[in-house]
Amino acid sequence: MSWISNFLTSSLGKKLIMSLTGLFLITFLIVHLAGNLQLLIDDGGEAFNTYAHFMTNNGLIKFLSYGLYAFILIHIIQGILIALKNRGARASRYAVTNRKSNSFASRNMALLGLLVFFFLAVHMGDFWYKMKFTNELPMVAYAGIGVEVKDLYTRVNMAFQEWWLVAIYMLGLLALALHLWHGFQSAFHTLGLNHKKYTPFIKAVGKIYSIVIPIGFAIIPLYFFFLKN
Amino acid sequence: MKLTLKIWRQKNSQTKGKFEVHKIEATPEMSFLEMLDVLNEEIIEKKGEPFAFEHDCREGICGTCSMVINGQPHGPMALTTTCQLHMRHYKDGDTIVIEPFRANAFPVLKDLVVDRSAFDRIIQAGGFVSVSTGQAPDGNSILIEQDVARDAFDAASCIGCGACVAACPNASAMLFTSAKVSHLSLLPQGQVEGAKRVKKMVAQMDKEGFGNCSNTYACEAECPKGISVENIAKMNREYFSAMVSTSDK
Ligand code: HEM
Ligand code: SF4
Ligand code: FES
Repeated sequence: MSWISNFLTSSLGKKLIMSLTGLFLITFLIVHLAGNLQLLIDDGGEAFNTYAHFMTNNGLIKFLSYGLYAFILIHIIQGILIALKNRGARASRYAVTNRKSNSFASRNMALLGLLVFFFLAVHMGDFWYKMKFTNELPMVAYAGIGVEVKDLYTRVNMAFQEWWLVAIYMLGLLALALHLWHGFQSAFHTLGLNHKKYTPFIKAVGKIYSIVIPIGFAIIPLYFFFLKN
Repeated sequence: MKLTLKIWRQKNSQTKGKFEVHKIEATPEMSFLEMLDVLNEEIIEKKGEPFAFEHDCREGICGTCSMVINGQPHGPMALTTTCQLHMRHYKDGDTIVIEPFRANAFPVLKDLVVDRSAFDRIIQAGGFVSVSTGQAPDGNSILIEQDVARDAFDAASCIGCGACVAACPNASAMLFTSAKVSHLSLLPQGQVEGAKRVKKMVAQMDKEGFGNCSNTYACEAECPKGISVENIAKMNREYFSAMVSTSDK
């Protein structure tokens, strides 16, 4: 089995892990956004709360969510280790550097990732933790399902009345957008998929994704802050 | 034209270096290296120590003229080595900062001269091609499609200068290594040992202490031979497939 540890600890193997976990997170974000857009339905939270109840109680979703936690952790830890190693590979720094030969996002993936991470910590502390591990949330009953469910909708509405929290979300999503601006096409390149035939397509999809998805998420706090109270 | 040069002075790999400032009078038709020759002659006349810099062919094919000029390996012109860079691209009064390639895997030997033997060891790790290539007519007896031959030749035009490492924010040697891997693996003569070769060359590259690739593509932007990052993707592909398909542990 030594081949597999040699493989996964080689520079290319580490990058493969970054790429696969990154692509998994990219897929997750689509699902996550699709679910959360139900917050925009003006039904007092019925659709969203029912969905949130399903997501916290369904066995398959629970199983997948452990995979998600693991992948996020692997992506973060591996990313930071790689970035430290890369910084260390040039002990004496240049007096002058040329910023035109590559993009801001590509040079600062670890920094952008860390910003996303701090945002994630705030975000999960606010909603995920309160939903899963506390009984702080009020309960509501809807005709549609037989049991009482936690009213996460009201909690979300309350949270997004704070301007500073909305500001943190905007900054976190900006960092995410930049991270993906480089990361999306980079993940395919790492997998060995770079060819004149299809790379322009991958790059275009990546740019659309990295704008549309963060804007989709950004709409939610803005909606509550400006239009709800 | 009158120029101010800030040039790196470093005794050897053990000592710390620093910049020295020199004024020089250059003409537009001089090459960058000729301008440095003139500087060195002036320094020698004053019984000073000339700056050490590497050069050999002075026609853009050997890859030895390594230096970073105002933050760019081989200076500001695309697809141009330092020896092919001419002073007509500068104007009177310019200040030019000249530093060695900086990477732990390329230790500074003296002033602007760095030790690039890590590249030689990566090539050596690749090993031999067992197919007897014979004389030129034998080579031509194996028919190779035009576009494959073109890609192989493009990869083979890497001169091993190290500008890719110098330009990379991570000091990664992926562009060089991938050019060497692609150049052989595209051709039938090189395919026999292809899987073993890519594994060994990547292992050696990692051992030499280069950073990891983060796909910033600064290497491609600064490469004097226009080597494409498509070679990196190709090497990744070959490495992954070699790792899961070869039987040695
Ligand atoms: C939902 C959140 C995230 C998504 C969708 C995501 C996605 C990606 C993708 C697709 C890549 C490109 C992989 C490649 O080049 O092969 C990447 C790279 C990277 N990510 Fe993330 N990421 C996320 C969060 C984070 C976080 C929280 C960190 C924490 C530090 C982080 C750190 C990095 C680093 C350092 C790289 C560059 C690795 C390299 O180039 O070698 N990411 N990410
Ligand atoms: S890939 Fe380009 S920059 Fe790197 S060693 Fe070869 S010729 Fe020089
Ligand atoms: S001296 Fe040979 S490439 Fe510049």
